[in-house]
Amino acid sequence: MSEIAASDGTGRRAERARRPLPPLLVLAAGAVAIVLALPLLYLGLRATEATAQSWDLILRMRTVWLTVRTLGLAVAVTAATGLLGVTAAWLVVRTDLPLRRAWAVLFALPLVFPSYVGAFALLSALGPRGLAQQLLAGPFGVDRLPDIGGFPGAFLALTLFTYPYVYLTTAAAIRGLDPTLEESARMLGHDRWRVFRRVTLPLLRPAIAAGGLLVALYTLHDFGAVSLMRYQTFTQAIFLQYRAAFDRTPAAILSLMLVGLALIVLVMEQRARGRARYYRSGPGALRRLRPAPLGRWRLPALAFSGVLVSLALILPVAVLVYWLVRGLDAGTPLNLTLGAAGNSILVSGGGALVAFAMAVPVAILAGRFPGRLARGIERVSYAGYALPGLVVALSLVFFAANYTPAIYQSLPLVIGAYVVLFLPQVSEPLRGAMLQIDPSLEDAARTLGLSRGGVLRRVVLPLAARPAFAGIALVFLTAMKELPATLLLRPTGFETLATRIWTGASAGLYSRAAAPALLLLAISAVPLFLLAGRIEVEEVRTG
Amino acid sequence: MSGTAKRLLLAVCLSALVIAGCSDGSDDRPDAGADTRDERPTLTVYTGREEEFVADLFDEFTEETGIETEVRYGDSAELAATLVEEGDASPADVFFSQDAGPLGAVDEAGLLDLLPTEILDRVDPRFRADDGDWVGTSGRGRVAVYNTETVDPKDLPDSIFGFADPEWKGRLGIAPTNSSFQAFVSAMTLTEGEETTRRWLEQIMANDPTFYEDNGATTRAVAAGEVDAGLVNHYYKYEVQAEDGKLPIENHYFEAGDPGAMINTAGVGVLVSSDALSEAEAFVDYLTSPAGQEYFATRTWEYPTVPGSGVEPVEGLIPLERFRGPDIDLSDLGAQLQPTLNLLAEVGML
Repeated sequence: MSEIAASDGTGRRAERARRPLPPLLVLAAGAVAIVLALPLLYLGLRATEATAQSWDLILRMRTVWLTVRTLGLAVAVTAATGLLGVTAAWLVVRTDLPLRRAWAVLFALPLVFPSYVGAFALLSALGPRGLAQQLLAGPFGVDRLPDIGGFPGAFLALTLFTYPYVYLTTAAAIRGLDPTLEESARMLGHDRWRVFRRVTLPLLRPAIAAGGLLVALYTLHDFGAVSLMRYQTFTQAIFLQYRAAFDRTPAAILSLMLVGLALIVLVMEQRARGRARYYRSGPGALRRLRPAPLGRWRLPALAFSGVLVSLALILPVAVLVYWLVRGLDAGTPLNLTLGAAGNSILVSGGGALVAFAMAVPVAILAGRFPGRLARGIERVSYAGYALPGLVVALSLVFFAANYTPAIYQSLPLVIGAYVVLFLPQVSEPLRGAMLQIDPSLEDAARTLGLSRGGVLRRVVLPLAARPAFAGIALVFLTAMKELPATLLLRPTGFETLATRIWTGASAGLYSRAAAPALLLLAISAVPLFLLAGRIEVEEVRTG
Repeated sequence: MSGTAKRLLLAVCLSALVIAGCSDGSDDRPDAGADTRDERPTLTVYTGREEEFVADLFDEFTEETGIETEVRYGDSAELAATLVEEGDASPADVFFSQDAGPLGAVDEAGLLDLLPTEILDRVDPRFRADDGDWVGTSGRGRVAVYNTETVDPKDLPDSIFGFADPEWKGRLGIAPTNSSFQAFVSAMTLTEGEETTRRWLEQIMANDPTFYEDNGATTRAVAAGEVDAGLVNHYYKYEVQAEDGKLPIENHYFEAGDPGAMINTAGVGVLVSSDALSEAEAFVDYLTSPAGQEYFATRTWEYPTVPGSGVEPVEGLIPLERFRGPDIDLSDLGAQLQPTLNLLAEVGML
């Protein structure tokens, strides 16, 4: 394109905005947007069936109160995960914390817990007459512990099992920082804390905001933790409408309100992300910063790491092992369900790869051609992620059963559901990567004769390989845990580890649920090992 | 921008075509081809009953009748919502629900077919739909489960209203988000009126009860001594003790006619859209036959709903004749559910 050279001094931004949109890109992104918009379309259909009665009902449900509770939980969880995630990332990447390689992986692992398993484990361990009380009863005569149900329990469960989103995005971003910026600031006489606050933190803003966004929207759509902890949110109210009143119209209206809340969160994230440019214009320095000595902060840092990993990882695993051993003791068969494990890997892997393929056009559009169209498509892509799995599943039931019966209750539909539910987990890191790739590199490749597709294949994707892998891994992990959509859309008789856990737990047989749950954790740990293992390996080699 | 808009529109149209194209040629579903062969079509059952407890029942049915089944397990209410969204396109032949509510919802959407009189007639009238579209297969009664180490059975109230007494402060566990608790509150509203029900709920709230996710969790909490008693269905004691027989729990029954002694029913209905109607009816027939009734009585510890089947409830249960709750029609519960949700929200239980 010849316009690229036609710089007239109005600055890069204005010049890029005038660049015409490649039709193929618009076509691809548009097609993705249509698939992702299906739940919204469905909710719109159902909401138009509303009568005066259903509106009256919505008003009586104290939706303002629900909004406050839901947003309150989302804000609290996002803030806490931000604090935990950034601290953990900083400790692992930038300090001389002992055993960093191990912590790097351990900090990421709590992501393997489905929130319903995590919340159940916390309740069994920390409930009034839970395992902790039984341990304390002997030496300290503790009769019962305070009930953690309600806000504290929901907050604790969601924070402990979602902070790795912030940790992973932030750790990757810290590693990618140009050390010269901080070194210059140090040379200009700022102390380390000031450098962190004034230079590093602003540079990390997009990464923290991206992780925070995933956490906030997860909190909005989560049902497992809030229902086990009995904290009423929009999602719980939506489930109640389906489960208790069998009324899909109020459920649809509530769901649309939830989408509205998600939109607020998205706008907040956009503000937090800022309009700054994040790629370096100069060549930069490729070396890494030497890890900062912790000094007297060594012990507190170790204590922080120990407590976090004990609560978010060791405790739930211990609870599951306890149930497994109890079950085996009572003669329950091991229930290892290897077939279900294979199925889980198959659909989750398929979902992750298809989501990646569909995220590419969305991310390029958002990263390179910002504008109303890009923003619209990006926001639509978040709708599925903000909605409870049950709502997305029912929308796909409606469309597939009635309009594409050939794929109804088939694996492609399950995979499609995962794409609708989790696409932002891969499109977000990809978009972030696009922002960090200097567009002049692509322009250079074009001038050297590469086609658009060639630039994508040979320049952009290799440079974005890490975030792409991270995104694919996140979708895979989340899909492994997914329950409501899998349950409703799977081929009849198709078992995954999540459905096996549900089968045991719904019959009240926790010992039957323990083995598939532990197997789920073991499998999910593999991509996290690869993902988190890299964080530190890199550092050791260069630092 | 208009060029972009046109291209976008084109994209939309193309995708729509692709999606529409997919829906053609989709008639080759397995059932459609089955007629040509000389065997009975496979019966597709949607069920909200737990696989752990009913998987054997389906095997026994196939053994008995030669009809193969494809069973989709899920939550009863979510499956009801699925059936309503599927409408006439549903692959399901039969809906086998955990309790009456989801069946009522599917029935109200006009998706259930009238059952043969012969089957309807054998089921106890209080366990079948007024319009004859579904029948109850096994009864599930409300009881108070209590911890035998901390509670003297003599101190337990004969009526559910007794738990409103301040002596139960901090000792009771309930599961207000659970459908069986909500059905019981609906039944109470129908017989005792909204004011009495609201007052009772408020008194229970004043007694600072502990909330649990479901009946199973409540029963386990009672067994662990977290609370002294819990309002649950009668068979949870057996389910929990099947995993650990030494747990110190026992069922307490309320007096006949008490709202606390409500009895709900698992049930089954045939989908209008089914293309295997005779097989579907054979399934309903089997569940209400002595063999089916025997299964529920002995394997899931529920009450038989067919008086003439000769099947008695498992030892330790009071006879069904003595288990009489409020005089309500289970088909009326559906309309009461939304007001019940509001009531529970207003008193702070939801």
